[in-house]
Parts: sequence; C-alpha cells; structure tokens
Amino acid sequence: MSTGILLQIAQTLIAILLAPLLMGWVNQCRAWLQGRSAPPLTQPYRTLKKLFHKDAVIAHRASPLFRFAPYMIFSCMVLAAGLVPTVANDLPFSPAADVIALVGVFALARVFLALAAMDIGTAFGSLGARREMLVSFLAEPALLMVLFTASFISQSTELPVIVDTLAHREFAIYPSLAFAAVAFWMVSTAENARIPVDNPTTHLELTMIHEAMILEYSARHLALIEWAVALKLYVYSALGIALFVPWGIAPQGDLAALPLAILALLAKLAAGGAALSLLEAVFAKLRLFRAPEFLGTAFLLGVLGMLIHFLLEV
Amino acid sequence: MEIYWVLGIPLAGGIFLALWGNRGHAPEINALFSLATLLAAAALAARIVAEGPLLVGQGWFFIDSFNVFLVALTALVAFTTALFSRPYMRIEKEHGKLTDARLRLYHSSYQVFIGMMLLALTTNNMGILWVSMEGATLATVLLVSLYRTPASLEAAWKYFILCGVGIALALFGTILLYFAAEKVLGSGGTALLWTQLNGVKAQLEPTVLQLAFVFLLVGYGTKVGLVPLHSWLPDAHAEGPTPVSAVLSGLLLNVALYAVMRSKVLVDGALGTDMAGNLMMGFGLLSVVVAAFLIKRQTDVKRMFAYSSIEHMGLITFAFGMGGAVASFAGLLHMTMHSLTKSAIFFAVGHATQKAGTQLMDDIRGLIQTNPTLGWGLMLGTIAILGVPPFGVFASEFLIITTAMHAHPWATPFLLIALGVAFASIFGKVQPMVFGETELPKLPYQPALTPVFLHLGLVLMLGLFIPPYLATWYRQAAALLGG
Amino acid sequence: MSLSYPLQVVNLLAALLLLISFAMLSQRRVVGLITLFAWQGAALAASTAIIAWSTGQHHLYYSAALTLILKVIAMPWFFYRIVRQLDVNREVESMLNIPTTMLIGIVLVIFSFNLALPISQMAGTVMRSTLGIAMACVLLAFLMMITRRKAITQVIGFLAMENGLFFAATSATYGMPLVVELGVALDVLVGVFVLGIFFFQIRESFESLDLKHMEKLREK
Repeated sequence: MSTGILLQIAQTLIAILLAPLLMGWVNQCRAWLQGRSAPPLTQPYRTLKKLFHKDAVIAHRASPLFRFAPYMIFSCMVLAAGLVPTVANDLPFSPAADVIALVGVFALARVFLALAAMDIGTAFGSLGARREMLVSFLAEPALLMVLFTASFISQSTELPVIVDTLAHREFAIYPSLAFAAVAFWMVSTAENARIPVDNPTTHLELTMIHEAMILEYSARHLALIEWAVALKLYVYSALGIALFVPWGIAPQGDLAALPLAILALLAKLAAGGAALSLLEAVFAKLRLFRAPEFLGTAFLLGVLGMLIHFLLEV
Repeated sequence: MEIYWVLGIPLAGGIFLALWGNRGHAPEINALFSLATLLAAAALAARIVAEGPLLVGQGWFFIDSFNVFLVALTALVAFTTALFSRPYMRIEKEHGKLTDARLRLYHSSYQVFIGMMLLALTTNNMGILWVSMEGATLATVLLVSLYRTPASLEAAWKYFILCGVGIALALFGTILLYFAAEKVLGSGGTALLWTQLNGVKAQLEPTVLQLAFVFLLVGYGTKVGLVPLHSWLPDAHAEGPTPVSAVLSGLLLNVALYAVMRSKVLVDGALGTDMAGNLMMGFGLLSVVVAAFLIKRQTDVKRMFAYSSIEHMGLITFAFGMGGAVASFAGLLHMTMHSLTKSAIFFAVGHATQKAGTQLMDDIRGLIQTNPTLGWGLMLGTIAILGVPPFGVFASEFLIITTAMHAHPWATPFLLIALGVAFASIFGKVQPMVFGETELPKLPYQPALTPVFLHLGLVLMLGLFIPPYLATWYRQAAALLGG
Repeated sequence: MSLSYPLQVVNLLAALLLLISFAMLSQRRVVGLITLFAWQGAALAASTAIIAWSTGQHHLYYSAALTLILKVIAMPWFFYRIVRQLDVNREVESMLNIPTTMLIGIVLVIFSFNLALPISQMAGTVMRSTLGIAMACVLLAFLMMITRRKAITQVIGFLAMENGLFFAATSATYGMPLVVELGVALDVLVGVFVLGIFFFQIRESFESLDLKHMEKLREK
C-alpha cells in the first residue's frame, strides 16, 4: 500500500515535471516539419520561469474568480494526472475516481477557464469562452464514447483495471479500439486546442479559441495556465497510451518492471508527440463552423466502436 | 443438345454481328440468327413436351414446362422483333438518328441480350441466373442510350443505376440462399442448383430464406418494374429505340419475374407459409393501382404503354402471389398474352411515331388515314391489351379476377377500379390517334406489320381456343409453381 | 475472445472496411473517394486471403486475387483516368449535408447489425460475426449512391456495395461457388466498361458528369 502511495505521488510528480518537456518536444518536431529552426527542448521551462518572475498585471474590474481560476485549473490537471496510470498500474487514488470522473475533472477546469475569460468582460474573452463551450460540448460525449468502449471491453470504468485487461491478459486485437483510437485522436485535438480544431500558435481573432480566453492573463497566472495546458496534453497522451498501447506499464506490485516502464513511457511519449506534430503538419485548420462536423464524426466513430464491440467481441 | 443451340446461336450471333459490322445485310443476318434461335427453341420445346423435364450439362441446365414455355415465347418475340427492326432501324438511319457504328452496336447487343435472357431462363444455377440477369441489363444499357440524346442518356443512366442496385440486392438474396443451402447440401457449385435446392427445400432454414426472398423480390422486382422500384422503366421504354422497348417490355420483365418465381417455389417449400405470396400480392396490387393512375397523366405514347406494362406485370405478380392452380395458370397465360400484345403495340407505335416524328400523343392523329393497316394494328393491339374479349388478355384477366374474388375478395375492387381507369385512359388517348383528322400524307412505304398481326392473331386464337397441348403445358407449369 | 490471431486480424479488417465506408460517406473530393475505394478493395482482398489461408478454402485465393486485380488496381486506375480526362469537378456534391448522412449511416449500421444477428448465429464459418459489418457496408454504399449527385460517385457507391456483398459472401459462406464468383466479376468488369463509354456519352451531351442536369425525366 505504501509503495502504492509512493508510486502515486511519483507518477503525479513525473507528470508535472515532464509535461512542459512534452510540449517542447511537440513544438520542436513541428518546427522541423515546417522547415523552421526549432526552439530548444527546454523552451517551455524557460518560458514558465520567465513568467513566474514577472509581476502580474490584472484588470481593475477583475473579480477574485479571475485570480483563483489559474490555481483551480492547474490543480484540476494535477488531479487528472494522478488518475491515469503512466508508469505503474498501482494507483491507490484511482478507486476514488474513474474515467467518467476524469472527464468531469476536465470539464471543471474548462468551466473555470471560461468563467475567468468572461470575468473581465472583454470581447475576446467571451468570444473565446463561447467557442470553447461549443467545441467542448461536442467533444465530451465523443470522449465518453471512447472511454465507454474501453470500459465495455474490460467491464470496468477504472483506468488501472482497463490497463490491466488490455496489457496483461492474453493479447487480443480489438477492432472496436481502432475506431475508438481515431475518435480519441480527434477529440484530443479539440480538447487540447490543436490543429485542426484550434491553432495553439495563432493570435488571429477570427480563428482562435483557447488563446482568446487567456489573453488577459499575465505572469504567474499565465504560467500556471500554460503549465496546465502542457499537463493536459500530457494527461491526454497518457490516456491514449493507457487505452491503446498500454504495453509496458508495470503491473501492480511489480517493482522490477519500473525502469523498463519509464523507458517505455518516454519512448511512447516521444513517438506520440512526433505523431501529433506530424498530423498537425498534414492537416489544415478547419473553419470554426466545420468543427462541429469534425467532432460529430468523432462521436460517430466512438459509437461505431461500441457497436463493433458488441458485434465482434462479445 | 438443343439447349446448346438455343444458347449458342444468339451468343455466336452477337460476336458475328460485332465483327460483321456494316458490311450490309446486318439486319437480315440479325433476323436469321433470331430465326435459328427460334427453331432451336421450338425443337427444345418439342422435346420437353415429349420427354418431360430435362436436366442437361451435368445439371447445369434445367428445362421444365415452366421455363421452356418462356424460352419459346422469348425466341418467338425476339424473332418477330428482329423482323420489325429491319425496316424500322433503316428508316431511323435515313432520318439521321443513327449511324452505322451504332447500328452495329445495336445488332450485336440485341443478340447478346437475347442470349443472356435465354441463359437466365435455362440455367439451373441460381448464381448464374443472377449473372445472366445482370448481363441482360448491361447488354441493353447502351441500347437505351442509342440515340445519344440527353433524355435517352438520362434514361439509360437511371436504368443502369436502379437496376444495378436492384440486382445487387438480388445478389445478396442469392448469397443468403446459398448460405442456407450450404448447410444442407454442403459447399461447392451444387448448392446453388435449383433442382438440388428444390429437393431439400423443406430443410432450408426458414428465417434465412425469408430474408433472402425479401432481397430477391426487391432485387429482381426492380427489373420486373414493380412499384415503387419502377421509375427506370417508363424512361427506358420511352427513350430507347422502339424494338428495344418491345423486347424490354415483352421479354425482360418476364424473365425477371421468372427469377422471382423460381425463388418463391423454394421459399414456399422452406417456410410453409404464405409470406412470399403475400409479399408478391402486395407489390403486385400496388403496381397495378399506381400504374393505372399514372397512365392517365401520360402524354408520351411509349411512356403510356410502359406504364401499362407495369400494370400488367403487377397483375401477373399478383396472380402468382395468390398461388393455386387456377391463379398460376392465369398468370402464365397473362404473361404470354402480355408479351405478344405489348410487343405488337410497340411495333405499331414505333411506325406511328416514326411517321409523325414525335412521341407526343396530341401530335399523332388520323393513323387510319395515313395508313389503314397501321391504324388498325394499333387499335386492335390496344383493344387486346385492355382486355376486351375475344382477345386472350380477357381470358387471363377474367381468370385472375375471379380467382381473386374467391380467395381475396378485398383485392377485387382495387383491381377492377385500376383496370377500369387504365381502360378509360388508354382507350381515350389511342382513339383520336387512330381516328382523328390529319393533314399528313400517306405513308410512302409499307410498314412491316406482319409481326403485329402475327402476334395479335396468336392472342386472338388463344383467347378463343387454347390448344390442348398448350393447356397441358400451362397446367404442368402451374403445378410446378405450387398449384 | 478465443479467436485465433488470423481471425482477429480479419475482424480488424472488417472494422476497417466499415470505417472506410464511413470515410467514403464523408469524403468531399472525388479523387479522395477513388483512393478510399481502392483501400476498401485492398482491405477486402487482404481479409479474403487471410481467410483462405487460415481455413484452407483454396478457391478464396482466386477471389482475393480477382479483387486485388480488379478493384485495387484496374478500376481505381480507370477512374483516376476518367477523372483526369473528363476534368471532373473535384468537389463531391451531396444532396444531404454530411453530418445528417452520417447519422443516417449510424442508424443503418444498428439496423443491419440487428438484422444480421440471427443469421450469423446460424453460420458455420469462423468469422460469421462480420456478416453484420458486411451488411452495414452494403447499406452505407447504398446510402452514398442515393445521396450523391455525380455519376462517378454513384458508380463508386455501386462498386462499394458490391464490395460489401462480396464480403458478406465470404463471411457467411466462405464465398460463392467459383463459377458464380467469376461470373459476378465478369459482370462488374463489363459494367465498368459500359460505364466508361457511358461517361463519355454523358459528358458529350451535358458537358458535365453532374446528374442534376439529368432531371428532365420525372414521373408525371
């Protein structure tokens, strides 16, 4: 049990520390693919450091919610990071919150972000919040469908059980998961404000969603939000790994497998990040009103995955 | 042995005419091949009459009284149509509507089309039946668009796509049939042989066959022109050359219905219920009623008679759906009558429209003045198809309706109203075409009307007196269909 | 899940077929549609070959080869050529908007899964559960045919339907007898040939392959 708690804390810490690195890696890959000279891998850390050293500027009309929101968002993401098995499958926290709660945690963070964006009352803030809500209300059911498919296979909504079923039982090919994987990729682009739904680097008012919401933040608040964004990407990657390529995660009580598990995690994250940037390079950003269609397709694929599960795998 | 001649002659004809091209006398050669096919078919029929059902070619071909009568009918109408098309197509060419290359395509495809229909009729394999039905469609698609007018292309496209979809559904039905058969007969080619299937039909899985029949009925039914899958039919008939309309209406629809009937026999055996019959009755009745009311609104003469074909095919489907000796007998009789009469009408209509230069009924007037034979041919054909005694159509329609009164009284009013509406509208439209006033000069040439009067004569004869051997023949076929 | 690995791969390919069917339904460009069609053929050929290998049904090798030659190489090549030669407008025009089509598609999938369930339980083949997918593919292709305007998309829909039927035959009964299969392949080939001629005729008269010009003949 105590090893479990230790592992739990370690995994959460790894997540918090590794998240900016993953972001840096994705940025680097993307720069290469676009033929630009890449920023160093540690650039996100430097940005965070710089931001933490600055003085925060806050609008006069900002309510306490505006100050509180970044902390809330950051802690939501930390909590989420604690729920997804990355290195070891031994997570004492997990019975407290299953995948559905995980979706809830994401939603909570999003609600605070949107509230904070509207708090100042600028046009951009409410525009971003509105768009974000549009995207998320479509993305969430799709994400739930993906998670349901995995849950049906393992007869449980708890991530460690899912990972255990998929990784440590007899190997089987689950066609339903192929559908779920595509749907998951589509949802995660929307949820993480990546191309093709949003563009993380844009500051063009016509297209931006996520950026529009955090325009008013500065210094440590912005740093926390940026860090939370990185963490969210990390958690989504971890979730993808747990659901679709869980091999390598150390089973419960198997400490000897840990070093290998860490290596596997790093390799998978590196590959995942590279794949993400490759996809971003291949796809063009969708017009905003195409986003519902895109997410509708994700939902549809999720449903198909579930149907296929009932047809082929029961 | 005759069977190989029956199938080989048209296919050889198709190849020969494709190679022969425009070296002259292609229409005559076409007619000659058709005549040879007819003779072979007659020999085959004579043999079946003498010896009973025949299973040849290691069981690949099966001829019994049901299909041999259709083989004979097909060969006959194919021959007369070839006779009719000889002058007709020549004049179309003189009018500049056709070129040599297209005539070559026409003659070659015509023979292939006939060959495919005969193959569909004689094969014992439900899979080959499907293949040849599709082959028959493909052979006629380019014939429907022979004039290359926008309307004919549209018609041909509709024909191709709708029948393609229909036939794809029929393929699914065939797959399901094979699926059911395989468990009883084992896998391999024999499991789709109709004779084999017929032998074990009681053991076939009912749920699968039920579903299979729905697919087969909808699939082949598209080709029969059953409402609501009929929309290709009027277009293809109206826009294609008249000989093609005649063979489509007179033959292809029969062959498609034949495919449905072969399936029905199996399904009835497996299910032991009236499910298949009821479905057919439903589709048939719907077709009769809808077509009758659509006839009223037609302005194009070929379209009008195309809808009349839908109506009659609906009636035949209804008769077969009722089942029983009398209804099946009536259905077979009506099939014969309809083929002969409808093709005769199309021959006459072909000459009339060629003369008038239009297919709009309002612009065709006074045929009796321009050419009395043509006028009378059209009038008599119309009277015959409308079921006026003493023509044979009356006999078969009478039988169908009286049987319906006994077995399914609820359907009779619908049938009577539909037939009445069709009668009123067709007669009302054809009458001025034949007897109206016209300024057009007399026809400069004598139309080839021998086929028209040959057909009508046969129809008249069968209405007055069915030769005993033919009656026996029908009775055997009716018994085969579950009478 | 006690299936052997080859059959699991077949299941995966079956799922892939369904996925491609949906992708075709949502595809907006003609060239993309042709590529997807080729992929569907490839998945079909692969699954047929795997079934042939794992069950020892040798005649299925011929079917697989036939599929590979006809549907992965010959027909897509032919279509690409037609699209290039006729300079077909790249956009696929749909009569229904795509999300609606997709929703109808889902309903069709559920319907066909339900329809196939009693039948597949009777099947003696090892991969009977894919029958539902095959049926869904047929219906989805059908949906594509009726919602698309262009002649070429309708034809691809038709051929995709044929793919679905072929897969149904393989999954329910290890394929039809060889004679029938050859006949079907011949018909499809001739059909595509006829269509090729036809495209040019349509193009000649309408200067477009868009079927909206072809709406003169209506039921009056």
